[in-house]
Amino acid sequence: MAADDDLPLLSVRGLTKYYGDRLGCADVSFDLFEGEVLAIVGESGSGKSTLLSLLASELAATSGAVRYRFRDGVTRDLAALDEAERRHLLRTDWGFVRQDAREGLRMGVSAGGNVGERLMAVGARHYGDIRATALDWLGRVEIDAARVDDTPHGFSGGMRQRLQVARNLVTGPRLVFMDEPTSGLDVSVQARLLDLVRSLVRDMGLAVIIVTHDLAVARLLSHRIMVMRRGFVIEHGLADQVLDDPREAYTQLLVSSVLAA
Amino acid sequence: MSTTGYNFAYLDEQTKRMIRRAILKAIAIPGYQVPFASREMPMPYGWGTGGVQVTAAIIGHDDVLKVIDQGSDDTTNAVSIRKFFAKTAGVATTTRTREATIIQTRHRIPEAPLREGQIIVYQVPIPEPLRFLEPRETETRRLHALNDYGLMHVKLYEDIARHGHIATTYAYPVQVAGRYVMDPSPIPKFDNPKMHMSPALQLFGAGREKRIYAVPPHTPVKSLDFDDHPFAVQHFDKPCALCGAERVYLDEVVLDDRGGRMFVCSDTDYCEERRAQGHAGAMAPDGARAQPGEAGHGR
Amino acid sequence: MSTQPVVVLDDVSKSFTLHLQGGARIGVVAGVSFAVEAGECVVLGGPSGAGKSSILKMIYGTYRCDRGHIRLRDGDDAVDVAAAQPRRVLALRRSVMGYVSQFLRVIPRVPTIEIVADAARDSGLDGDAAMMRARDLLTRLNVPERLWALPPATFSGGEQQRVNVARGFAAERPLLLLDEPTASLDAANRKVVIDLVNERKRRGVAMIGIFHDEDVRDAVADRILDIRAFAAPHAA
Repeated sequence: MAADDDLPLLSVRGLTKYYGDRLGCADVSFDLFEGEVLAIVGESGSGKSTLLSLLASELAATSGAVRYRFRDGVTRDLAALDEAERRHLLRTDWGFVRQDAREGLRMGVSAGGNVGERLMAVGARHYGDIRATALDWLGRVEIDAARVDDTPHGFSGGMRQRLQVARNLVTGPRLVFMDEPTSGLDVSVQARLLDLVRSLVRDMGLAVIIVTHDLAVARLLSHRIMVMRRGFVIEHGLADQVLDDPREAYTQLLVSSVLAA
Repeated sequence: MSTTGYNFAYLDEQTKRMIRRAILKAIAIPGYQVPFASREMPMPYGWGTGGVQVTAAIIGHDDVLKVIDQGSDDTTNAVSIRKFFAKTAGVATTTRTREATIIQTRHRIPEAPLREGQIIVYQVPIPEPLRFLEPRETETRRLHALNDYGLMHVKLYEDIARHGHIATTYAYPVQVAGRYVMDPSPIPKFDNPKMHMSPALQLFGAGREKRIYAVPPHTPVKSLDFDDHPFAVQHFDKPCALCGAERVYLDEVVLDDRGGRMFVCSDTDYCEERRAQGHAGAMAPDGARAQPGEAGHGR
Repeated sequence: MSTQPVVVLDDVSKSFTLHLQGGARIGVVAGVSFAVEAGECVVLGGPSGAGKSSILKMIYGTYRCDRGHIRLRDGDDAVDVAAAQPRRVLALRRSVMGYVSQFLRVIPRVPTIEIVADAARDSGLDGDAAMMRARDLLTRLNVPERLWALPPATFSGGEQQRVNVARGFAAERPLLLLDEPTASLDAANRKVVIDLVNERKRRGVAMIGIFHDEDVRDAVADRILDIRAFAAPHAA
């Protein structure tokens, strides 16, 4: 991969957010390239969720810029998008897997409808095709086709998260945000989800920004890790480098507190 | 004025002006829901307070008013609204579709084609077609503004997934002039095609929800559907039992407690007119003859 | 037929600063300089704790270097791993260097055969060829076929280690870093690893290895580098 001359998919410079006087996150800069998985780790209140919301343009930054390279090859400042463009981006080229499936799914709509929504939003008007695509995606996230007409109310936590994954990936996005997607799940259920996400990410060449407090999740999924503390990125590097040769005192504390062996 | 102490057509002129402004805006932006300052009316919500305010704002001395409820001119709701305007505006009323200049309706569009110069005023309980899936008003407004109607198809998708076909049979969503998605009020989807390119002006009033919207004459109105589940109107196996009409919307009438029933025109005026012309259905009584239309009030 | 070395270490040093222990600074190695040619297997020698593993990890980019350069040949380029961007290091791992560790670290739930085939695919083999390579390696390393469809989490230590070796050798890259891949293998399986190493050498793969078994070391090493020569000064 002679890719050093490639352009980044997402380019973040000096991103800063204050809530009044309180700092959300400060001066974050990085580039994300196609197919890269970046984990943002840190404790609650470290600013990682604020950063994710800023990146996904759900929150307006106090200063700094997020630029994204669109499918047409043009890199645009996300702050300059109008609402229609932003929404279109969010449900075509991007995905967002939420910690709480109830925020990421339509709980009153069937699994098939949840997966099909993005397709219909961008103009799909053939019921049979939409349903076939939904069934295919349910299969890919290991949800029994017999559940296609059930609402997520009756789904387990793991199934709901997998349904969220399907709902987000159905349009073949290039960048997916994930906010603690495995928290609250049993360990065995976590493993299944992680494995699924990992293989989908590789097969689809997705870029992913995943926020997690779980360093094991970061190690399994990510290429790079950014460690946040009190709003600042204090360490950033290859995933195994940050975990196996942590430089900062705080990172060493995190690693030694969480990882066994 | 037939009732002293009240302004013509009950509402004061300032209120009518406000409502007319909302109507003009609604006509200018077909299918768009215009907020208006709905007034308290001397009838409960759900009895057509939105439609009555629209009618009151547009009616003049020379108008001839017809009011129907579920196609019928003689139900309580239709009768009381007709009397209301006969009393407060002193206008002529009729049951004849072709004689009316203003038709206020709950749940039907008459079978007789509307013509240029007529205005049909729909009573609307819930104007927001997206409400089923999106309870937040701020969000539904944004969806309309952004022409973002994927959700509407999610609703139809759910219908087909659950029932094998689009089971929505009334208040079937339409797209007006290729832009705004609109709830046509709880008319049967049978009536949806009548809205398309209609020469009449169509006004919609929702009193409790404080919204007015409109379809100007000769405006395309498309019922939403899927390519492989195209929109289709209800089909009735038999003609009207009284007048023999086909391709009209029929109501089921229970005749006795032994399962006896018949299907008759929901549009009573249409049925009467056909019978007066000598048409007879399978269950028409011998020597059936048309009932005369209800005499106009006022003047 | 380039005569440039596959990898050159130039004055490389490594220490750890343990913030949780009062900022104690532990020197690991200093002034490490050597080069490895294509088709050459260099074995790192020295007592345990001398920093052999750390050297492999610095080459692979898992450990940072305090000083010096690690130049890796990537086609016509020479890339300094010690200074490269993470993305560049990841690209090198895909196309230039592989790492076989002592431990199998995989995602739960993935079948053994897939773990090995995935590794083959990572280096560019297509689906069928990757699967054939995986079957061949697992067979040679005496991993019973009935285990292939199972995730290795419940396997014995020896079985896991053999899966790990199979995975490490599944990909074809110009440089292979071998961190005690034979640690818990019996003689028969050690012999398989020796054969695998020697086959790679003949194909021009450069290797840097740590082997505690003398029989393996003697069978594969072109050169043994005693890293006590690079001992870091023990300063606190």
